[in-house]
Parts: sequence; structure tokens; C-alpha cells
Amino acid sequence: MTVAILAIDDSRTIREMVSRTLTGAGFDVTTANDGAEGVEAFATRRFDAVVTDINMPRLDGFGVIEAIRGGDTNRRVPILVLTTESGPALKDRARKAGATGWIVKPFEDRAFVDVLNRVTGRD
Amino acid sequence: MSESLRDMFFAECEDLLDALSEGLARMGEGTQDGETVNAIFRAVHSIKGAAGAFGLEAIVGFAHSYETVLDRVRSGELEPDAETLRTIIRSSDVLSDLVDAARNDRDDTPEAMGPLLEALTALSAASAHAAPARPAGEAAVFEPMAAMPIAILPIEGQEARFAIDFTPERSLFDNGHDPARLLKALGALGRLDLLCDTAAIPVLGTFDPEEPFLSWRMVLEGDIAEGEIRNVFSFVEGLCRLSVIRLDDDAPAPFDVCAEAPRIAAEEAKPDPVPVPPMPGPDDPGEPGATAARSTPSASAPPPSAAPPAGANSAARPTLRVDPERVDRLINTVGELIINQAVISQRLAALGAEPNSEIMGDLDDYRHLARDIQEGVMAIRAQPVKPLFQRMGRIIREASEALGKDVVMVTEGEGTEVDKTVVERLADPLTHMVRNAVDHGIESIADRRAAGKPDQGTVRLLAAHRSGHVHIEISDDGGGLHRERIFQTAVDKGLIPPDAKLTESEIDNLLFLPGFSTASKISKLSGRGVGMDVVKTAITSLGGRVTIASRPGAGSTFSITLPLTLAVLDGMIVTVAGQTMVLPLHSILETIRPNTRDVRPLGAEGHVLSIRGSYVPIISLAHVLGLSDEPFDPQSCIFVLIRTEGSSPVSLAVDSISDQRQVVIKSLEGNYGTIPGISAATILGDGKIALIVDTDTVVVLAAQNPSIQMFRNKDESHEHLAALG
Repeated sequence: MTVAILAIDDSRTIREMVSRTLTGAGFDVTTANDGAEGVEAFATRRFDAVVTDINMPRLDGFGVIEAIRGGDTNRRVPILVLTTESGPALKDRARKAGATGWIVKPFEDRAFVDVLNRVTGRD
Repeated sequence: MSESLRDMFFAECEDLLDALSEGLARMGEGTQDGETVNAIFRAVHSIKGAAGAFGLEAIVGFAHSYETVLDRVRSGELEPDAETLRTIIRSSDVLSDLVDAARNDRDDTPEAMGPLLEALTALSAASAHAAPARPAGEAAVFEPMAAMPIAILPIEGQEARFAIDFTPERSLFDNGHDPARLLKALGALGRLDLLCDTAAIPVLGTFDPEEPFLSWRMVLEGDIAEGEIRNVFSFVEGLCRLSVIRLDDDAPAPFDVCAEAPRIAAEEAKPDPVPVPPMPGPDDPGEPGATAARSTPSASAPPPSAAPPAGANSAARPTLRVDPERVDRLINTVGELIINQAVISQRLAALGAEPNSEIMGDLDDYRHLARDIQEGVMAIRAQPVKPLFQRMGRIIREASEALGKDVVMVTEGEGTEVDKTVVERLADPLTHMVRNAVDHGIESIADRRAAGKPDQGTVRLLAAHRSGHVHIEISDDGGGLHRERIFQTAVDKGLIPPDAKLTESEIDNLLFLPGFSTASKISKLSGRGVGMDVVKTAITSLGGRVTIASRPGAGSTFSITLPLTLAVLDGMIVTVAGQTMVLPLHSILETIRPNTRDVRPLGAEGHVLSIRGSYVPIISLAHVLGLSDEPFDPQSCIFVLIRTEGSSPVSLAVDSISDQRQVVIKSLEGNYGTIPGISAATILGDGKIALIVDTDTVVVLAAQNPSIQMFRNKDESHEHLAALG
């Protein structure tokens, strides 16, 4: 069964990087260019996990998490925050907002895939 | 076909740097609203993020310091004064240089980086004193980038047994975790015995499916380090109650003894040592999420203040990135399509199709459609001049700083779209002109005061579409050109005779003559190496023209006129010595079939054309291009009056004019090299190749060799003179 991932990042490069890594690992990846687009995309189908950037125009990563966690459908989907920052304050804030986990950029492809395998229960 | 990530990164950096300088420009104008500062911050942040992915530490480090300061501005903690603003703006230049260096695999650091880093650090460190309001934990922290927080820790390398108690809280589920997956991950580490405690599940009537009621007690055995176990739970820290205890080898596992056995006391800082609580929360079992102190405030946390308002200008319109080569291929193919239409049209006419017949009507539709496609494809290549203008902002900044002048850039018509190649190839000439404007145009502050002008000089960049052309103007409010000095320089360099009678405009345009340099002293900025003639050459090679106008004391204006596209040309089809040739329409003023008496001999070999009381030199195109050795007969010619750079028009003599149409430009250089007087070639409707005349070079060629331009046969000349007399 294919596992669907929604990747939200306003950086084209990071988006492509995430997309290539995860597609290469057999995930079905949908990308969105910013938080607002991400939330829209989330409503269109069932995703098994969401990977989101924090700093984005229109709606930031915290907003994405809140929108999904506060929504009606699939609100307990695993949401991973992809961030350059690894400060405890930010992690704490992400966790409080409802993030499932965080991944610090730059990521190692294999480790990234491992995390997604883990949160989506794919083996 | 797939763009490399690296290319993509640099392309994205380009966009982000553009967004950055755009935001900075707005900020410089006094717009410091949240969204502007946010956009600036985001641009720097995104560059940092992606640069990190490529291990470009220099960019990451600098961007981080930069971003820290911007973050303080964003949060309102730092009120940027003029000096801060300058630092912020100059940092964008350095960042741009760093990106550039990385792109070219250079690891040199921009000169300005050291001092700027210090300035940035000072600005970010100031927070400690200036803004005690910010909680210590919130201070922007820069941790060196670790690969992953879940990296596998070194293994202790010996068998160990752990007792693990795990009680998920509601927040664990809310945050998208699944205990089953965590347990599975544990199971992957070693031999796992586990017991699920279901005692807390209430009777069905009071069962809330949203609430967790289960907890697990486990013993994990194997070649495992405690860190590995903690790793599994690293994401759920604070969302569950967890204890991991290493068991002594001889200690029995807890539930070997009894499922209800008291927990081993060595609890790590857990608020609630009760092994299996009846309900998730000991304090207020009815309220979800209230179980652990650290998870409560979050539930009602205010929406993140960092979330920008749905900004109108930042909403990115979806765009399509296309390899320019594909567009070029498309443009070429459409060009062929148009030629093909012309071929069919001529064939049909030859077969006797009436101009009003249905098939000719259909073919006309075909032509219109092909034109529409062509315009559409051209539009893909069009780009606004805005990024180009923004780059000039930087040049002006640097130049004025180096010269101790205060110069501001004003732009107009930034949205004007021009062919991509034109935008790219305009960068160098524009840079040169802008630098000149600051260096030679704008006076020193003292001189400006003396002249009653404001201290701050203005360089204005304007772009506009005018009658099928792109018009670009660079003007300054400086002292204007020193005509006497220009004239004298031109005389000194032997470019004009000392007794030359030139109009003011002609003197101004002497600047463009090869070998002319305006600077009376060598300036470190404009230098002497590159003259305005190089600017002119660059613009001419784009099919454009550049002229200069100046008013003493009030400033100078350089005007550039460029074709909208480099791929097609509106041309006049003429015959010259039996050859079909194309004259660019934009250089043609009018066509004249003169009366005999309008052609007057000039000197021994020259001729001029009298038009409405003024005389215009005649150039025989056939002779200049070496197509004819026959004597020049003005009687059988048609004259095409063309404009030339800055000076008076000349008339080109051709045999006949047959048509006026758009032609698709095909470069000759690849096959034949540069041919003087010819800019390119095209394929006409009948499939024949026609050369496109470079009128400017033709004028220059004629001037260099006066003997070929006019009558060669003196007798005929006298005869003609007699006839006129």
C-alpha cells in the first residue's frame, strides 16, 4: 500500500529535495508551496504524514499544525517539522503546537526516510 | 531533463535575493510594515535553510547572523536607524556575493563581510542589554547543524535489560503519534516482553474514545544502550509518562514477580510516580490534556504571532520554470511555421489561387494563428526589468558610498517586460552608465550646495514600451556634460577636426565614439578602460540605439531604445544589385523616389539628397557591401532615409522596395562569422535567404571609405552636374 506524504515548504529546493528523497523511497509525495496551500492540499485526500517547514509566507508551519490538529478530518496525522533551527525553544513550541516530531535541515536521506517509516508505520 | 538540485538551489537563491532587495528597497523608502520585514527575513532564512542542505557553511553562517538581526527588527525589538538600515542593506550585497562565490565554486569571502559580521553581531548582541523583555530561552540560538536528532547513539556493546513503563497521554495521540509504532520500534531493538494494562478502561457508558486508557510495562533485553530506547521516545517526550530503568542482571523483571509490583524507585523526574493511574490525569481526570503540567498551557496557546497576515503581495503566483533552450526551440519552430505559411501562400498564388478565394482566406487565418502563437511564445521569454533595476540600486549604493556622495535611485516602469536575453545583456552597459551617472554626473555635495541643489542626488531609471520598442532611460540631476571639454577631448584624440561645426547634441554623442573617455582624471570607479563606446556596442548588438541628452547644470539623460524581441524583426524587403535584402524597419525614417534635381553632387565623388531644404548624404548600399562595381546611377534608385546614431540621417540607395514584413532572424555568425554591414539573415516566403542589413555599420563603413559611397564615374558625375545646372 502506498503511503501518502504531504510536504510543505516554500523553498523550491527543499521541496524538491524532500520530494526526491521520499519518492525514491517509495512514498507517494504531494508538495505544497506554503502553509495555506498545504492546508488546502491536506483537505483533498488522506495523507499518512505531513512534513512542513516553519517559516513560510501566508501561513507558517505552526499555523499548518494548528489548522490540521484543529480540523475535523485526519487530525491525528503525524506531522513532522522540517527546520533549520534546532533550538529547544522552537522544538518546544512545535511540540506544543502539536508537531509529532522534527527533522533538522540538512537531513540525511536515510535517516529522513527512517523517521517517516517510523511515524507512518511503514516497514 | 531533471534540473539538478544544485542548479535549482541557485536559481531559487536568485529569486530570493531579488525578493530580498525588493523588500529592502521598500524598507529604504520607509515602508517597515510587518509583511515587508517578514518577507526580507524569510528570504534570508530560506537561503540559509537551503544552503545548509548543500553544506555551504559560509552562507549559512552569514545568513544566520543576518537573520538574527532581521528577526529582532521583525519582532519590533530593534528599531532600525539609518546606520542599521545601511548594515542590513549592505549585508544583502554580501549575501549575494557569497551565493555567487558558491555558485562558481569559489571560497573567497567578500571583503565587506568581516566588518559587516561584526556590525551584525553588535546589533544582535545589543538585545541582551536593550531588550530584557525577551525571555532568555527565546533568544535566537544558533546550534551547529546536527545531521538528525534521532541519530543512532553508540552502542554499549553488552547485553542489558531494561524495564520500561510507558503511559501515553492524550496529547501523544493529538500530536499524531501511535503507541503501536513506538512499541514496534522498541521491539526492533531487542527481545521485548510486554504487558498492556487495561485496568483504566471505564465501563462502556462513560467511555470516551478520544481518551487514552492504556499503559504498557515492558522488559527489553538485548545488546542495547539506554540512549537507543530514549531515542525511540524522543518525539513523545512530554506527551507521555515514561520510565526507563536498567535492571541489574540479577534483579527480576518487575512483572516476573507480579503485574501489580511497585515500580522501582529510581524514577527520573516524573511528577507522578503512580504506576498505573486509573485515569490519564491525577489532578483533573475529566479534563483532557490536563494530566501533565507541561502539556497544559499549550492547548490554549494563542495563535503564533509569527504567522504573517495573508499578505497580498507575498502570495506567490504559481509559476512554471522552463529551460530557456526549450523556449528558444519553440520560438525557432514558430518562426519556421510563419515562413512555411508564406511559402504555401506563394505556391498557391503561383497555382492561380485568387487572393479572395476561400483557401487564401483560410491561409490568412493560419497566418494570424501563427502570429498569435509567436506572440505567446515571445511572452514566455519576456521578463520585467525590475530585478535589473534593483541590481542597479546596489551599484548606485556602492558607487556613492565609495565617492562620498549621497545618491538615491528612483525607478519607474519596473514592470516593463523585455526579452530575457535583452535583460541579461543590458546588465553590463546599464551598470556602466549608472556608475558614470554617480561618478561623473552627480556633483560632490559641496558643488551641489553651491548650485543650490539638495545634497542628495537622484539617478532615475525608467523603462517603458513605446511604439513597439522598449525604451530605457538613465538620467541624473547632476551637472550635465561639459561640452567644451568633450569637444576638446575629441579634437585632441583626433576624432574630429578642430574646426568641426557640431550641434550640442552631436557634441554630447561624441562620448560614444570609440577611443573616447570622459574622465579627465582616472577614477577608481568608472576607470578609463571601458568607454561609452563599449556601452554603445553592447546596445547596438541587441538591435538597439543609445543617445544622450544633457542640460548644463540640470543633468544628463541616456536613452536606450531596444527591440521587443531579438527573434523577429520588422523589416523592409529591398533589392540591392539583384540581391534581396532586409532593412530593419526601426531605423527607417522614410522612403523617397527623388526628382532628378534632388540629387546633388558633393565634391568629386559624393552626392547628397536634398530633402525639404536640407541635404542628406547618399550611400549606395550595393557599393558599400561590395555587391557592385558598376557606376552608381542615382536615377534608377530609390532612397531609404535611415536614422543613425545621434547624428543626422543618411539615405541608402537601393534598387527597389518590394515588401514590408516581419522576418525571423537567423544568426549567421555560427556559420560565417561576422560580416561587416550584415547583422543576420532570414528566410523569405519563397524559401530564399535574404541578408539583414546592419544600417549603423553600413554608415560607418561608408564613412571609412568615402570613395565607394558615391559616383565612381567622374564623367557621369559632371554630366549629371551639367544636367542639374
